[in-house]
Amino acid sequence: MTNLLILPILIPLFTAIILMFISKYVKVQRGVSSLSTLATIAASLVLINTISNDGIQTINLGSWVAPFGITLVSDMLSALLVTTTSIITLVVLLYSFKSIGADRERFYYYPVVQFLLVGVNGAFTTGDIFNLFVFFEVMLMSSYVLLVLGGTKAQLREGIKYILVNVISSALFVIAVAYLYSVVGTLNMADISRKIADLNQPGILTAIAIMFLLVFGLKGAIFPLYFWLPGSYYAPPTPVLALFGALLTKVGIYSILRTYTLFFYHDTGYTHEILSMLAILTIVLGCIGAIAYWDVKKIIIYNIIIAVGVILFGVSTMNPEALEGAIYYLVHDMIIKAALFLLVGVMIAITGTADLKKMGGLIKEYPWLGWTFLVAAFSLAGIPPLSGFIGKLLILRGSFAAEAYVGAGVILASSLVVLYSVVKIFLNGIWGTPKEYNGISKGHARYLWMTSAILVVLAVCYGFGAEAVRPLFSQAAEVLVNPNLYIDAVLKE
Amino acid sequence: MKTNDVILQTVTTIVSFIIILFSIQLFFAGHYTPGGGFIGGLMSSGALVLLLLAFDIKTVNTILPIDYRLLTAIGLLLAVGTGAGALLFDVPFLTHAYDYFHLPLLGETSLHTAVIFDTGVYFVVIGITMTIIQTIGVSE
Repeated sequence: MTNLLILPILIPLFTAIILMFISKYVKVQRGVSSLSTLATIAASLVLINTISNDGIQTINLGSWVAPFGITLVSDMLSALLVTTTSIITLVVLLYSFKSIGADRERFYYYPVVQFLLVGVNGAFTTGDIFNLFVFFEVMLMSSYVLLVLGGTKAQLREGIKYILVNVISSALFVIAVAYLYSVVGTLNMADISRKIADLNQPGILTAIAIMFLLVFGLKGAIFPLYFWLPGSYYAPPTPVLALFGALLTKVGIYSILRTYTLFFYHDTGYTHEILSMLAILTIVLGCIGAIAYWDVKKIIIYNIIIAVGVILFGVSTMNPEALEGAIYYLVHDMIIKAALFLLVGVMIAITGTADLKKMGGLIKEYPWLGWTFLVAAFSLAGIPPLSGFIGKLLILRGSFAAEAYVGAGVILASSLVVLYSVVKIFLNGIWGTPKEYNGISKGHARYLWMTSAILVVLAVCYGFGAEAVRPLFSQAAEVLVNPNLYIDAVLKE
Repeated sequence: MKTNDVILQTVTTIVSFIIILFSIQLFFAGHYTPGGGFIGGLMSSGALVLLLLAFDIKTVNTILPIDYRLLTAIGLLLAVGTGAGALLFDVPFLTHAYDYFHLPLLGETSLHTAVIFDTGVYFVVIGITMTIIQTIGVSE
């Protein structure tokens, strides 16, 4: 079927539109949105299967041939990310049923989540640089709404900052695309790559590469451009935070990964050097933040920044093994960050506070929650055989092979800090002397825990089944190492 | 003292009619000359805004009882539905079709599915603009 790879974009889009008609019927909305997200997952799994059998899938929208129309390209990397995104969205939806509150649900919460899914899936799938911008905007607009929906004071304050930063970075994105277009004269990503190869990447293209790094770095929160993230992510309610933490920055990382392996791979001495330095600094800063705070949400938020650094360092080495590790770690990080935010959300819902010093002894009343959190924490830190291990191992092996010892050392040290920061939550919040809490009831907490445990189970399976899914990841990395595969698939030569 | 805006209201009833006709003309001209769904929709909502200025929200709602949020959703459904219609024929998404028909009065006319897509855009633009203006107008 020619249109298979557009289904993960089209199904949520249709759902969002239909949900707009029935915005007052909360129960129907819940049913429709979870069923359609299931359908999205099914479609993306079929897509993975098709790609692993027949190679990269492309579709020329409107039947206009490749460099002239918009092409959607789904290689294994895109398909894996689309699948992960859809699964996380489903779990977050299930979690929202009992945590987001009827007020928000009646004011277009579910349609906006579906629009967010459209934006993220579209950004992962598109093969056109301007279309990438449009899908970025679809995603960002939905995230603006999700961030301010509810209208508490903190949400409005952080909403203004978040919108301001993203409007500026979107303007920079348009300018960068304009520069690129004036140099190469095309917008199709495969065609851009071919034109850049013909020109052998002159100086102006290196400048454009840095500009793209600036743009996507603002979206993906790398070192000097991460400043908006801790505040903005602190404001929204838990399910929204889980969506943001798991998906939004990852789209920025994906875009850096794509542009730096598909476009700007000729003169890596300058661009990739800068990328690797920024990645190391990002890890260091994230570590400082993760240690410094006694606030459970803040700790996990700074862990996002660490993971961004780790993945981008893997990208910057341009080593096949490190690239594979980066993809592996990217998927792992999406799942585990969503799981951790949801679990931390359960803790906050029970205790009524995000301050670690006011928590304690949750293990007595809620043992299942405590042990799930511990598994998730170990998985985040990369303890074998859990899911964070293999990705980091591959990144490390790749960076040793590329003789990037400083970065490898920082990554190893950062794992300890990550472990310390999450075990701090475990020891202070879950262990220790029990306190009086007047949050949600036990049954309510159990429901929230069960939905978040789905992701933890998934992360554990992902770690144990690393060998089984390895061919998929090798196939994904192969395209990054050899851009001609991508170009030939799109331009059909 | 109650202001008497009989001149404004009389002129508005005539002018808004002309503006809407012009916006529909722009909308249908889009394929061959400058115009299209976006500018057509903006101009139509311009006419509606003029009505809002001359009268008040309640009166305009009784003249045109439209839920603009639903209008937005209908517009999206039209636009995406046209694109997704391609799926039925197993051609890539957004592939359009056209043909020549002999219509009474109009004679030989080219009909293109892009017009349905554009109608979607037209509705979305009106829906969004009016939702924004009415929401700002009502909230204290």
